[in-house]
Amino acid sequence: MAQIIGLPKLSPTMEEGVLLRWTKKEGDKVSPGDLIAEVETDKASMDFNIEDEGTLLKLLVKEGDTVKLGGPVLIIGKPGEDIAALVAQAGSGAAPEAPKAAAPAPSAQAPAAPVKPSAPPAPTAAAKAAEPARAAATPKAPAPAPSKGDGGPAPGKKLLASPLAKSLAVELGIDLRQIRGTGPGGRIVERDVRTAAEGGAAAAAPAPSEGNGRGAPAAHEVSDEDHTMTQAIAVRPRGTATEPGADFEDVPASNMRKRIAQRLTEAKRDVPHFYLQRSVDAGPLLAFRQKLNDLLGDRGKVSVNDLVVKAVAIALRRMPECNAAWVGDAIRRFHGVHVGVAVSIEDGLVTPVVRDADKKGIGQIAAEIRDLADRAKKRALKGHEISGSTFTVSNLGMFGIERFTAILNPPEAGILAVGAVMDVPVVDKGAVVPGKRMTVSMSCDHRVIDGALGARWLQVFTELVEKPESLAL
Amino acid sequence: MVRPVVTASQSTPDKRIEPDAPELVETTSAELGPLYRQMLAIRRMEEASAKAYSQGKIGGFLHLIIGQEAVCVGAIASLRPEDYVVATYREHGHAYAKGVSARAIMAELYGKKTGCVKGLGGSMHIFDKSKNFLGGYGIVGGHVPIAAGAAFASKYRNDGRVTLCFFGEGASTIGGFAEGLALAALWKLPVVLICENNQYSMGTPLYRSLAVEDVSLRALAHGMPRDRFDGDDVVKVKRRIAEAVERARTTGEPTLIEVVTYRFRGHSMSDPGLYRTKDEVEEWKRRDPLGRCRQRLLDVGMPEGELTSLEDDVRAEIEDAVKFAEESPAADEYLPYVVKE
Amino acid sequence: MAVISYREALNQAMREEMERDASVFIMGEEVGYYNGAYKVTQGLLQRFSERRVVDAPIAEMGFAGIGVGAAMVGLRPIIEFMTFNFSLVAIDQIVNNAAKIFQMSGGQYNVPIVFRGPGGPAVQVGSQHSQSLESYYAHVPGLKVVMPSTALDAKGLLKSAIRDDNPVVFIEGETLYNTTWDVPEAANGDGDLIPLGVADVKREGKDVTLIAWSKMVWTCLDAAKQLAAEGIECEVVDPRTLRPLDVATLAASVQKTGRCVVVEVGWPVAGFGAEVAYQMQKHCIDALDAPIERVTSDDVPMPYAKNLEDEVQPQPKDVVAAVKRVLYLE
Repeated sequence: MAQIIGLPKLSPTMEEGVLLRWTKKEGDKVSPGDLIAEVETDKASMDFNIEDEGTLLKLLVKEGDTVKLGGPVLIIGKPGEDIAALVAQAGSGAAPEAPKAAAPAPSAQAPAAPVKPSAPPAPTAAAKAAEPARAAATPKAPAPAPSKGDGGPAPGKKLLASPLAKSLAVELGIDLRQIRGTGPGGRIVERDVRTAAEGGAAAAAPAPSEGNGRGAPAAHEVSDEDHTMTQAIAVRPRGTATEPGADFEDVPASNMRKRIAQRLTEAKRDVPHFYLQRSVDAGPLLAFRQKLNDLLGDRGKVSVNDLVVKAVAIALRRMPECNAAWVGDAIRRFHGVHVGVAVSIEDGLVTPVVRDADKKGIGQIAAEIRDLADRAKKRALKGHEISGSTFTVSNLGMFGIERFTAILNPPEAGILAVGAVMDVPVVDKGAVVPGKRMTVSMSCDHRVIDGALGARWLQVFTELVEKPESLAL
Repeated sequence: MVRPVVTASQSTPDKRIEPDAPELVETTSAELGPLYRQMLAIRRMEEASAKAYSQGKIGGFLHLIIGQEAVCVGAIASLRPEDYVVATYREHGHAYAKGVSARAIMAELYGKKTGCVKGLGGSMHIFDKSKNFLGGYGIVGGHVPIAAGAAFASKYRNDGRVTLCFFGEGASTIGGFAEGLALAALWKLPVVLICENNQYSMGTPLYRSLAVEDVSLRALAHGMPRDRFDGDDVVKVKRRIAEAVERARTTGEPTLIEVVTYRFRGHSMSDPGLYRTKDEVEEWKRRDPLGRCRQRLLDVGMPEGELTSLEDDVRAEIEDAVKFAEESPAADEYLPYVVKE
Repeated sequence: MAVISYREALNQAMREEMERDASVFIMGEEVGYYNGAYKVTQGLLQRFSERRVVDAPIAEMGFAGIGVGAAMVGLRPIIEFMTFNFSLVAIDQIVNNAAKIFQMSGGQYNVPIVFRGPGGPAVQVGSQHSQSLESYYAHVPGLKVVMPSTALDAKGLLKSAIRDDNPVVFIEGETLYNTTWDVPEAANGDGDLIPLGVADVKREGKDVTLIAWSKMVWTCLDAAKQLAAEGIECEVVDPRTLRPLDVATLAASVQKTGRCVVVEVGWPVAGFGAEVAYQMQKHCIDALDAPIERVTSDDVPMPYAKNLEDEVQPQPKDVVAAVKRVLYLE
């Protein structure tokens, strides 16, 4: 039986992806685990590995198309199967244009010559093979309106909004995905857009992560077909640079940028942050680093940050109360210590994860971080490499930043912002002498970490940094 | 109970009313020459259109009048130019007799811009306002009230015009004919209703269509004058129709006339004619009104040379019409002819 | 201005046009000595004589065809059908002849004729006398179809129809003959002419557009009044002429309100309202906030019993309900 394969979740926060490149084509046989496409998620470019066995009968999206999570991307099955119904079912998820290539090449037994007059009226295999293309080119039949309260949003569901609501949303700069429709089946209608424009909270949709099982209308879910429109709505409010005389220009946001914007807004708004700062003596750390690099020679290099990551990992192992997350009605303590390292890349940042950093040697951590950072800049990280961190380190020391505070990376309860090592006068045994100092700022989720707990953790961290040999133990 | 007068037996295959050699109607070559020329032109035009049809140059339906030429030619010869003619879908001959040129008719059959209705009508819808030819109609009997309407207008305006309406005996069973006949009689409209009884409504002989085969008897119920005769002799047709036309013009009284005739070809080009025997067709062809007219013309003194010259002239006219149709530009517009702005 | 009835308006229109143009005559059953089955031709025989007010026997196909033939050669007939239900026996003349002769003759013969009479359900006259046949005629190129809702429109549109050079199917509202309206007194004048193909906004409103013609305009005005009490402002637009349809005026209203209900007393399947709805979605798709609703009679032959007859036809409450649906107020 042929089936529709939806876009898999390739990153923890992914809600949609851009299909960058197909690595297989229609007619190819695939086995579970085969790479079939590359997908840009909010985080990175990801491999899309098929989990099914069969033949790719139809690719439903074009390279460059944006697809909602779970939205139909291909049809897999046996060669020659009639997939017209599935193509029609894929409906809103299918590429709007008629596909260039005819669907599966007719199999060898398909008659090439016209059907004999005596043949029964049943469609021939060749006729069937031609059907999907026709079906895809045919305007979609309207989907039945979902009954009210039928569970959570169906992934890839078409945005339900009246034409007036859509045009009004463009005019008023309203993102339809953020609106809950009050019309039949959750259709967004004019009044919903106007309410939203007036800042009415009633119309705001619940955050997608909370929608499950709450009977929230699916209206805010957007199919790829609607994507262009809602995207335009999201980034092009009234008065764009295309208007003559406008004194600004709107640079359309990438998927990643939009995701960063959304995630950080949510974090800063929803997580009760507080900040702890202290300055640590970085002299011993620098000396220790020098020793390590001397030992490594040309086999590698250790950075201050690598050592900081190791110190953070050990501190978390020692104080698991801070290796935790708020999950609504409990504090979840993670068993593994996985440190996320913020890496700046063009147009955004990613946080690749050093897994079990407490158990890894400094050299290994250094090598991993270098590899992850390199591949992050090439957008070549895999999904598992950017997910699952329990604490994050963000270091702007290389830019000469003395100190800064970071926004938490939910669900983590802590993030450490690391400044530059500065040459400062310090008082040592009553005398002012030159010293090396580094300021670290810890942002804490107060729901998980109270002030004293955070302070104790910073103390442990400081001791580790100031006695760096312990990092090698 | 009043029994209808039946003048032709249902079992007689030959529906002719008169004997084979009826009394000749007086005429001269001056009168007959032009009538013969028209009949011949119509015959040649129909033959040319049949040929073009077989070559795929004419499409749709094509109903030929070959064998019946004496009726339209004789009847219309009794009219004045300002009189109206309303006809059926078998109307090329009526149009030609009313003065529409062979060129305009042939170009119309070809679907050309130069056709009398610009390629919009085709074989069944020939119209020419300049000749007061009110058209060919494709719905059997539906045009009879229209003819009565034109006659109504003549009476309303008292303009002395007469309308001739042609239809087949097949139309005598439909409501349009019945109502048109009734109203023409009721209001004394100057119209002459001419039933061209060619024996078959498509493939059905009259005895299987009508309880009483004499169509002209319908006039009796309306107190309307009637006439009934064979249509072989064009001069006789002209004389007998002229009586009715004169009555209409002077008294406003309509007449129902049945002219018995025979079509040599099928109902249309696609008709194999399986409903009648070859012998029957051959028997009627033996009395072909065209050949009969030619002989009469020689009899009344037209020199053979003059006749041959007339026939050459006709051939040239039809050849020219075909050439004109062939070379004319294709029909090119239809939108301006939906409503009059 | 004078307040006159729809019936008087039609009578005035014919009288004035017959005074103005000697080629105009009226023909139909009981139009003369009986003064019209619905008294629309009251007094015309006395004024214009039997020559121009012609009582016809029961032969719709015959006298409709006589009208067509007379129109071809220059007269301007007004053919009255006692009711439009009877036009079905003359439909060959209307559809096969009147509508096509201008085209069939390559533009040589036009047919300036008016087929007029009452249409739509009256009161308890059963299924054969209660039909709305405008959709039949509006389907046919070559015809114009006019359906006035008020005395003012009836007069101005009938005068224009008589002067039109094409066949016009002019369907009067059988239950509207006694309705009254302010109509300017402009005997024989041109000031009261209303051009064919121009819609009229019968009531202004901002929330929803009701498109209706003939009797249903009144039903919509009733519904609009009820809805106004609830704070909903309906715009009632009357196309007046179904063919040609004034799409621009209708669309302008729907563009403004974003919601559209098409109300007709005819049957739902392939009713003219479906064409209106199609045109509105085509021209107003970006302005629509809800699917266009249609309110029609039930898909049944008209029953006789009064209560059933009312149930079958659109009532103001049905329009109100449809308006609430397009406003998502249900």
